Amino acid sequence: MTVSDTSPPVAPIISSRFGLDDGHTLARYEATGGYQGLRAALRRPAAQVVEEVKAASLLGRGGAGFPAGVKWGFCPPSVWPRYLVVNGDESEPGTYKDRILMERDPHQLIEGALIACYAVGLSQAFLYVRGEMALAQERIAAALDEAYAASYAGRNILGTDFSVDVVLHWGAGAYIVGEETALIESLEGNRGMPRLKPPYFPAAIGLYGQPTIVNNVETLSNLPWILTNGAAAFGALGDETARGTRLFAVSGHVNHPGVFEVEFGVTTYRDLIESPDYGGGVRDGKALKAFIPGGASAPWFFEEHLDLPLEPGAVGRAGSMLGSGAVVVMDEDTDAVRACHRVVRFFARESCGKCTPCREGTAWLEKILQRIIDGNGRPSDVGMLLDIADNISPQITWPPRQTTICPLGPSAVSPIASAVVRFREEFETYVGGPVEITTPIRGAAYQRLEVTAS
Amino acid sequence: MSRLTPENEAIARQILRRYPVPKSALIPLCHLAQEQDGYLADDAMEHVAELVGVTPAEVIGTASFYEMFKRHECGTYLVNICTSISCHLMGGDELLHHAEEALGVKAGGTTADGTFTLDGYECQAACTEAPALQVNYRYFHKVTPERFGEIVDDLRAGRLADTVPPHGTLARSRQSIPDARSAGAAHPTVGEAPVWLGDQAALHDQAPGDEG
Repeated sequence: MTVSDTSPPVAPIISSRFGLDDGHTLARYEATGGYQGLRAALRRPAAQVVEEVKAASLLGRGGAGFPAGVKWGFCPPSVWPRYLVVNGDESEPGTYKDRILMERDPHQLIEGALIACYAVGLSQAFLYVRGEMALAQERIAAALDEAYAASYAGRNILGTDFSVDVVLHWGAGAYIVGEETALIESLEGNRGMPRLKPPYFPAAIGLYGQPTIVNNVETLSNLPWILTNGAAAFGALGDETARGTRLFAVSGHVNHPGVFEVEFGVTTYRDLIESPDYGGGVRDGKALKAFIPGGASAPWFFEEHLDLPLEPGAVGRAGSMLGSGAVVVMDEDTDAVRACHRVVRFFARESCGKCTPCREGTAWLEKILQRIIDGNGRPSDVGMLLDIADNISPQITWPPRQTTICPLGPSAVSPIASAVVRFREEFETYVGGPVEITTPIRGAAYQRLEVTAS
Repeated sequence: MSRLTPENEAIARQILRRYPVPKSALIPLCHLAQEQDGYLADDAMEHVAELVGVTPAEVIGTASFYEMFKRHECGTYLVNICTSISCHLMGGDELLHHAEEALGVKAGGTTADGTFTLDGYECQAACTEAPALQVNYRYFHKVTPERFGEIVDDLRAGRLADTVPPHGTLARSRQSIPDARSAGAAHPTVGEAPVWLGDQAALHDQAPGDEG
């Protein structure tokens, strides 16, 4: 198997074992500082561990970027048991980080899950791994067996009164299950459809109706380091608004695609795409046409956005998001209409069908785009695309407005607005005539404006 | 077309014990059935329904939502070629087209000898290794047309038997929780604070309230 390597100009927090052949084994994990974070946690009262994680301001790494410590605090008082569900259902196009964490460093994730259980008083943990990731399932199963044998998991962990079973669970192919209430439905043995909100957080009502913390794989993988080195050391890395590091997968038309751990706020998109330490520049000396800055749901960025720092605030003000840490680079030869179709098709296929605007809207967007690509499009089709997009997410703004109970539908709007505003002439070539746009398109990334880092 | 074998039923019962509510084992048990038969047979779904305590209709109701569950016989090797955005940019469509010609079937089809089922697939989380494909959910990265030919030849000749099990088998190793080490499933009706919180359970109760 090919290795997606990382080159670390920053001392890595979570990717330190990616280069090791045996980083997934307990022996190597212990030899490289493994389970010290759990030991440090167990020496302190649980509430102090929560405070440490809150002080670290660890933002969720799944896509929404909600602070993990704050999420933990949403559990209602005196309602027991509480559960942990680890979200390992990574499937957003362009995103490749949780799989590598599960395959290369499963003990780090398990240790993170155990720290969360201890801190928040969670009585059982479920590691929900994407169904298609067979190797990750094998590595986690083996790591859990080792952890049980070494008294890191199960009854009376390391001789204390902390007891929790960590159960490997796996899915069967459905992107929507990455949405946390859909994940819980799936774990309950149901179709993976998101639940109606409120409650907005399953910390209130989650698995089996009980308080449930759902955390992403990368989020939990940070906890061993934070408990070993302290929140202050973690806070010294990154930006005031986003501390620590983040894994970014740089894919598409770059010379050196890979998964890189970088410091928040310090590194820019230009570094990530052009630096020899990371992407190594656009392939074959071509010019950049566009790039997706944070997973398929994110509005596209262009040349003028390259100097934005990898920091959620700055990227959000520019009208997009760091999202799932997926940067997809398109060179000047890319067919923007086909690229747009490919992203939209994903959301059309993965819509669970619960909400009408998403079920109908994404399907029609995909069909109309296919018709345009097939050469049967009409000039009015492009306006119709935007009209449908406006129905799914009114005003086509950022952050997107929702007419649905989860963000999947609005996610299909980003590629439409990005491609049509910026590459209207390519659509006109396909449909054989001038295109009229009357729908409001308010998102900052969709405007042809100069954007500066702030 | 069969119920779970006694060996698989024993595995199923072990899996069931890990969940506070039996229906949570529904998807893992469907995988077990698919591993046994290569696809999800009607009799197996009925057996799963008995084991988790729901109706067969509820089993198919759940299973039909998830694309990995095949209701009909599938090739020994399910070849899923990624054509999502990163692989699309790096030649995934061309690879799928090449595979259709090489295997003589269209996407979604199975070769006459039942060896290969070919399909296009959405993102497999191998975006930096595009174009990527999976054979029975085992990764092959940066696949050229030449490399695709080698993979097909190797599969036919049994040279990849160690890395690619037949369709239905996911992880070849299962988690086992020894009774002596198990903390036990946490049933939702327990209602008691975890013992390790001790006096702090009350402290936890000071945490800021409901969803925001």
